[in-house]
Amino acid sequence: MNRLAINLNGVDFKNPVIAASGTYGFGREYNEFYPISRLGGISCKGMTIREKLGNPPPRIAETPDGILNSVGLQNPGVEHFIEHDLPWLKQQDIVVIANIAGSTEEDYAAIAEKVNASDVDMVELNISCPNVKAGGAAFGTSPDCAANITRIVREKCPNKPLMVKLSPNVTSISEIAKAVEAAGADSVSLINTLLGMRIDIRTRRPILKNNKGGMSGPAVFPIAVRMVNEVYNAVKIPVIGLGGIATWQDAIEMVLAGASAIQVGTAMFTDPYAPLHIIEGMDEYLEENNIDNIAELVGGVKLW
Amino acid sequence: MKYTQELCPIIQKDTLNRTTFSFVVKSEKAVQTMQPGQFANLRVAGKTLRRPISVCGFNREEGWIRFVFEIRGEGTAILARMNEGDTLDILAPLGNGFAIDPTEKAVFVGGGIGVPPLLGASAPYGENATVLLGFRNMRAIILSDEFEANGADVRIATDDGSYGHHGFVTQLLAQRLDEAPCDVIYACGPTPMLKLVAAEAEQRGIRCMVSLEERMGCGVGACLVCACKTKREDGSETYRHVCKNGPVFDSREVVWE
Ligand SMILES: Cc1cc2nc3c(=O)[nH]c(=O)nc-3n(C[C@H](O)[C@H](O)[C@H](O)COP(=O)(O)OP(=O)(O)OC[C@H]3O[C@@H](n4cnc5c(N)ncnc54)[C@H](O)[C@@H]3O)c2cc1C
Ligand SMILES: Cc1cc2nc3c(=O)[nH]c(=O)nc-3n(C[C@H](O)[C@H](O)[C@H](O)COP(=O)(O)O)c2cc1C
Ligand code: FES
Repeated sequence: MNRLAINLNGVDFKNPVIAASGTYGFGREYNEFYPISRLGGISCKGMTIREKLGNPPPRIAETPDGILNSVGLQNPGVEHFIEHDLPWLKQQDIVVIANIAGSTEEDYAAIAEKVNASDVDMVELNISCPNVKAGGAAFGTSPDCAANITRIVREKCPNKPLMVKLSPNVTSISEIAKAVEAAGADSVSLINTLLGMRIDIRTRRPILKNNKGGMSGPAVFPIAVRMVNEVYNAVKIPVIGLGGIATWQDAIEMVLAGASAIQVGTAMFTDPYAPLHIIEGMDEYLEENNIDNIAELVGGVKLW
Repeated sequence: MKYTQELCPIIQKDTLNRTTFSFVVKSEKAVQTMQPGQFANLRVAGKTLRRPISVCGFNREEGWIRFVFEIRGEGTAILARMNEGDTLDILAPLGNGFAIDPTEKAVFVGGGIGVPPLLGASAPYGENATVLLGFRNMRAIILSDEFEANGADVRIATDDGSYGHHGFVTQLLAQRLDEAPCDVIYACGPTPMLKLVAAEAEQRGIRCMVSLEERMGCGVGACLVCACKTKREDGSETYRHVCKNGPVFDSREVVWE
């Protein structure tokens, strides 16, 4: 039996390691290093109903053990994805998750209808992107707004398992998680990036042209573990954990905190093979500890 | 598979001046498909992000790649402390290089640390290459003897006049183009320099390829952080990406800001 195989919201994954949205494009580039089918799933670059050009550069700054980004959801629009990228992705033996975003309720409804009618395996609803001025973050920061958008998307997208991606830039992430659960989410993924800023002391200007950006990478890992554990204890639906995972040890820790699956993002920039090393290391850990399936470890942390 | 991660032992380290270093590293895989003008993303111990560095030269038969880089901040300072025998972790070959046609008359314009990628690109051109190099001062001059050894007509400008032409390398470009025509211009250096080179080329109707820099994440086109504003054929503007669509762009495609 495959120790790493999981079923998430009715979808079979060969392993619980998913490429995080925005760091892996639509998979084609990393497929030039290794077959991306070795991963369990791919959450595609966040998409909007129409093409978005994104923010002016520089869009990235380094931080101690992490980065800030301000891409601003540059994407070719959902129809372009469905026409040009999805057919290719569907041939790669990997679970395809469409990550969707919008700046108005109408946008969310429209994109939800499009992905509902497409071949994607799951939908990840981004109500938490901090890089888009109107909307995005605002939708994710109050339980009512988060629930409202989830309900709209749930209604327009009844055929796909719906994962809602949560923002850490909130007072109580478990309140938001409970709200989206009640509004029909099948699972929640967290965390999106934490808002941050860096200043070049020579020019006295922010390094990012957008001034602020979303922080990710190993530096945010302890925050992500804490939030995943809180949410795991607050909801009944599966939790997908991400934020700073770079090694298999991090991945196991995240599973113990309560994650049924994990996503890897920024670590890919340091090492494109990071997800493969994580999969291998998790499998060895399970074997050494005589654990038949990763599901047995989920939420296994014994709190003091 | 277009991209490789390779662990490359440093076989030769040279100090070109106080802040500029040359590494020759052993490569079996990445060198096989490498083209001049492409770059590699170098892993830096303790840093989340790799550092993009152009390929200065390479040899497929002998199995080596050369990088020349300047200390600019923490990452390049850490790289500079590496020594012969240490292993460099590279992702390569990345991006699109220069389209080389050595039968053409080509003018290469380099500014500062934009000079190294032009060495490998100009080598096949021999005497068909004019190489115009701009530096802050005499002490900052690098690689000029190597360009000469390849047969190129090499001319140098320094900002402070301590060597060669006193002024900007773009003035040398105007002089050179007044003397005789050329088929193509290749340029790499600071953006203000590239902008002037592009304007000069456009005014004279000469094809011009520029190698751009932008801060990078993945280095392969997946994360979309290394955006550069470009014009589409219909004239509308968009962002393309230096790591995947570049670093070499046709200067007419770039929106200079
Ligand atoms: C395609 C390409 C080819 C390059 N080729 C060379 C070369 O051959 N030789 C050379 O000396 N330099 C080259 N550079 C510039 C080199 O990448 C930067 O000087 C280097 O990344 C600075 O790192 P640092 O840690 O020392 O500086 P820091 O300022 O501490 O770096 C902080 C972050 O900003 C990024 N960054 C800072 N300056 C630049 C820059 N100018 N371009 C891109 N990212 C930057 C760093 O990569 C890092 O992520 C090239 C850049 C690009 C994009
Ligand atoms: C360059 C970049 C682009 C991102 N784009 C998106 C996006 O489009 N949609 C989204 O939901 N999250 C996006 N994210 C957030 C990541 O998916 C992830 O939530 C975050 O980076 C934390 O995980 P990590 O530390 O493993 O990277 C992006 C992150 C980065 C670094
Ligand atoms: S660095 Fe990721 S797209 Fe260029």
